[in-house]
Amino acid sequence: MRQAVQFYLGDDRIVLGDVSPTLTLLDWLRERGRTGTKEGCNEGDCGACTVLVVRLEQDRLVWRAVNACIQFVSMLDGAQVYTIEDLGTPDAPHPVQTAMVEQHGSQCGFCTPGFVMSMAAYRKTPGATDDDAKIDDALAGNLCRCTGYAPIVRAMKQSMTAGPDRFDVQVQTITERLVALNDGETVQLSGPEGTLTVPGNVDVLAEVLEQNPDATIVAGATDVGLWVTKGMRQLRHVVAIGRVPELRRMERTAEGLTIGAAVTYQEAQSRIAELLPDAGEMIRRLGSTQVRNSATVCGNIANGSPIGDGPPMFIAAGATLHLRLGNERRSLPLESYFIAYGKQDRRSGEFVEGVTIPVPPQNAQFRAYKISKRFDQDISAVLGAFMMERNAEGVITSVRLAYGGMAAIPKRAEQAEAALLGRVWDEEALEAARAAIAQDFTPLTDMRATDWYRRTVAANLLTRFFEETTGGPQARLARTGGLAHV
Amino acid sequence: MSEAHKILVQGAASTSMKHESAILHVTGRANYIDDMPEPKGMLHVVPGLSTKAHARIVSMDLSAVRSAPGVVRVLTAEDVPGENEISPVHAHDEPLLATDHVYYWGQPMFAVVATSRQAARQAVRLAKIEYEEKPAILNVAQAREAGGDLVWRPLVMKRGDVDAGLAAAPRRLSGSITMGGQEHFYLEGQAALAQPGEAGEMRVWSSTQHPSETQHLVACVLGRPHHLVTTEVRRMGGGFGGKETQANAAACLAAIAADLTGQAAKMRLDRDDDMMMTGKRHDFVVDYDVGFTDDGDILAVDMVLAARCGWSADLSGPVVDRALFHADNAYFYPDVRFRSEPLRTNTQSNTAYRGFGGPQGIVAAERVIEEVAFATGLDPVTVRLRNFYGTTDRNVTPYHMTVEDSISREIVTELVRRCDYAKRKEEIRAFNKTSRYIKRGIALTPVKFGISFTATHYNQAGALVHVYTDGSVQVNHGGTEMGQGLHTKMVQIAMREFGLTSDRVRITATTTGKVPNTSATAASSGADLNGMAVLDAITKIKRRMIAFAAEKWSVSEEDVQFLPDGVHVGSDVMTFQQLAWQVYFARISLSSNGFYKTPKISWDPATGRGRPFFYFAYGAACAEVSVDLLTGENTMDRVDILHDAGQSLNPDIDVGQIEGGFVQGAGWLTMEELVWDPAGRLRTHAPSTYKIPACSDRPRIFNVELLENAPNQEETIFRSKAVGEPPFVHGVAVLQAISDALASLNDYKTCPQLDAPATPERVLRTAMSLRAEID
Repeated sequence: MRQAVQFYLGDDRIVLGDVSPTLTLLDWLRERGRTGTKEGCNEGDCGACTVLVVRLEQDRLVWRAVNACIQFVSMLDGAQVYTIEDLGTPDAPHPVQTAMVEQHGSQCGFCTPGFVMSMAAYRKTPGATDDDAKIDDALAGNLCRCTGYAPIVRAMKQSMTAGPDRFDVQVQTITERLVALNDGETVQLSGPEGTLTVPGNVDVLAEVLEQNPDATIVAGATDVGLWVTKGMRQLRHVVAIGRVPELRRMERTAEGLTIGAAVTYQEAQSRIAELLPDAGEMIRRLGSTQVRNSATVCGNIANGSPIGDGPPMFIAAGATLHLRLGNERRSLPLESYFIAYGKQDRRSGEFVEGVTIPVPPQNAQFRAYKISKRFDQDISAVLGAFMMERNAEGVITSVRLAYGGMAAIPKRAEQAEAALLGRVWDEEALEAARAAIAQDFTPLTDMRATDWYRRTVAANLLTRFFEETTGGPQARLARTGGLAHV
Repeated sequence: MSEAHKILVQGAASTSMKHESAILHVTGRANYIDDMPEPKGMLHVVPGLSTKAHARIVSMDLSAVRSAPGVVRVLTAEDVPGENEISPVHAHDEPLLATDHVYYWGQPMFAVVATSRQAARQAVRLAKIEYEEKPAILNVAQAREAGGDLVWRPLVMKRGDVDAGLAAAPRRLSGSITMGGQEHFYLEGQAALAQPGEAGEMRVWSSTQHPSETQHLVACVLGRPHHLVTTEVRRMGGGFGGKETQANAAACLAAIAADLTGQAAKMRLDRDDDMMMTGKRHDFVVDYDVGFTDDGDILAVDMVLAARCGWSADLSGPVVDRALFHADNAYFYPDVRFRSEPLRTNTQSNTAYRGFGGPQGIVAAERVIEEVAFATGLDPVTVRLRNFYGTTDRNVTPYHMTVEDSISREIVTELVRRCDYAKRKEEIRAFNKTSRYIKRGIALTPVKFGISFTATHYNQAGALVHVYTDGSVQVNHGGTEMGQGLHTKMVQIAMREFGLTSDRVRITATTTGKVPNTSATAASSGADLNGMAVLDAITKIKRRMIAFAAEKWSVSEEDVQFLPDGVHVGSDVMTFQQLAWQVYFARISLSSNGFYKTPKISWDPATGRGRPFFYFAYGAACAEVSVDLLTGENTMDRVDILHDAGQSLNPDIDVGQIEGGFVQGAGWLTMEELVWDPAGRLRTHAPSTYKIPACSDRPRIFNVELLENAPNQEETIFRSKAVGEPPFVHGVAVLQAISDALASLNDYKTCPQLDAPATPERVLRTAMSLRAEID
């Protein structure tokens, strides 16, 4: 048992024994005079507070851009953190900084440090190229109101061909630091502002939660962070599960892919895409790079949001959720976890251990469609995820139509499914399903969409699914990379 | 040596130079208000906002707030030492803190002063307020229904006889367009830090576009003369008009807290509080009636422009006026009448936002063009070309100003050629014939934007330039830097005039202590006004240096020249530093103020006549889009812009203004949507719910060019043109391109009458109503 959180900030080893469990990294940095990291929104949506977090994963350094505003300092145990001040100086700038100056990538300059950090992280992402679509993804979590992004993308491209940065020669040093920091100990802190537990393994986690069922489980804090920064909630006991080794695993068997509760969307994306290519594409639009670097697949399920994009996809795919209370484990179909708005099938002290996405049947067709006001980093007005199997005669033998944003919970369109089952997938069947779906949902009107739009689009997504699974005409916009000049 | 042949230092005005703070921006070393080292004992101020749109305050129990941990003091209206009033136009309708009523959801009622921001934010939530609710008027329709209470005098502009013109026209149509408002979403929220000094002095660092007004209002709420208050701003993290008046409340509350406690105090708004509290771009409903011929010649236009102004006047009067000034865009209307309705509502007090009402007027004007094009079956570009202002006739505006510089025809014709408009339009039509769910559209729209404040007295500026004995130069002026590159351009002017490199010229923070009585950095006027004032100050210093050198070395004054390799005095060359030292030694001042007022302008709102604008800036944009008919989703596939910045002061920075302005304008008209619930609570009060364009929303192909060889025909600073607001309007091409895509549904027979913002939902709704017409 360790009674301090320890990590590196730049070249300084930080040991915090009396830190509030919900103090955000952003507030802590700015208190220390590191004011290059800016607060733009304090909810993880603008990226002005982006910092670099380096972790050791399977003996390799992994560089991630994260939003400091909704990252608790207590979650950084075992990490190397870099802020804009570490990257370069006016006299010795980082290649990204040089490119941003040369391409006029800053105007007011307030979003700039966050962009620079995302860009520096992208340069360290395996497979990074100067492809526009990839750059769009890397920068989707950074908002700029001045430039219209064009010069920033030019700077990103310019910096891709620039030489190594100061960190490239420090890999050994950083690795050694992180090996020394990651001792596998459980961390427990108690202070006037609350208690923090960072369990060293899953059994400790189970025990702590059984004894403290009112504790708040935090994985990536992309949701809980807002309870604190916007809801001003005071959490008396935080259990940070992000580094629990057993929950960090992904396991692929003949049956499916099991994703542990501490696996982030970023980590799981390509593995999920192996099973469900369209889900991989959808996850690219879930949150932003910074959000996916923190947010976990299971957190997205556990918090029970009616518009979480993951749950409807996984419900359509027939996923199974794994829960644990003390030493007792149980599994249930994901859809039955969601009971009502804000109410899930999770007992006091119980926690999500993982989720299993089954390997889809050979002939199954899967699609996921996310509809939002903005293409990237927006909460869906409607998300439709569909899985269908047909036999040799073209008859639908199984169908799962799951929606987000249409009800108080992620939910299947049972009447539409019934209208399709046993029929040939043709225009008549489509019309029957479109008619039935009006009976399945009575969606709400809110700031994202009216009930009319939700109902109309829910039906239209079936049309899109029909066209895409029957070789029909193009039924969705091609969003390929761009920014060319002719 | 003539001006045209002058040898310029690298980076001097009229050439490109990097932003003067770029290296500080990218390394995180550029300081904003919240980054300044905090004075010892500094306190934090957080406002308590109303949670009703319109109500009488029955009681306000703040006892739990006062006794919360860390709370030092709670401010209410009664604690304001001077006048509890911050109307920027002296309308006396805007209390800093609510007194007996609240008029919108989000109105500041009290403010907590605490030892930490966290403590203050926690304490605010403990207030117990009892309201007696009153009917809330939330939008234009409700305001009209309730009798149409106005925040400002309505304006009428007319020329000719519109009724007769409409009656005599062979064709006539009428319609209405609604366009939404827009949140500024400056990345740095409102912030101010106040530090009390001796004998009643107050120093305020504020993220403000209008330091003089901030100074005046801080003095007003403290009950002090202006000379005791100094306002300073080095840079803002974005402004876009949102910090012209909306910065004042934070500065005033911080100053009152500092005054009452004797400690420095800072107010930095949380993003949600910022968006709930501060005003936005005005949304408009414009009703139009137009008479025209089968050839697309517009004969008469009658428009009523109604705006949701919010609960107080703020700048709504001049904003709505400017919408009228631009409801002709680039077109001559033989008979015309524009009327305004600046309506009072129980919402945030709408305010300045890039374009200041102009874009709303232009969107309406372009809808009229679109309607005429659909009605006549002509290409909208053809209709545009037929109706542009002439250069010798057909050149008088609805406000009786003669347009002397119209180049709309040239720009539009050139852009049509450069972007291959006609051929691409044909290809798009062919594509749409066979594509069932995806439709493409194209539109090419012009902008003509009037440059000058319509409040004539605002068109003045001051500067203060110091040359030190080592030959280094310090430039101060009344304009503020919010990212637009104003300070860079001012440095470039000094570089050009003195023949100095950028490291020899230092721009300082804007402060009311150095240049007083300044105008807001707004109306695209920053470089025009302050550039001339800086030039004036420099010219005065140079004259003294030239006179001294000419006399000392017995050469004519024409033979003293400031060039990149030094100061030429006859055949001798000396460094600027050497000359500066000699001038100092001869006891001649090396410091001067400068002043400028825009010539030729006048405007009388009572008669609706004058020459409110010194000149016009022009441009054109062509947008191509794709629309998904199943969901209404849309993308910008290609955008081409040709824009007139005169003889640009800094071509790279001006291109940046155009790229950024365009994306902001396109965001306004497509995805940015403000939603209030029926109780009057803004539900889009954070970036999670209010979506500004992200990286992937920029056009897939994006060509931006400055119009070449186009010096301003008026004598502006080195013949440049203002470039802050005009390119914002290019976004209208996107709205019309989406409309063009939808029009394919009915074989281009019906004007889709697409309102803004064209969110996926609105696009889908418009598509379905077009289909209903077909069926």
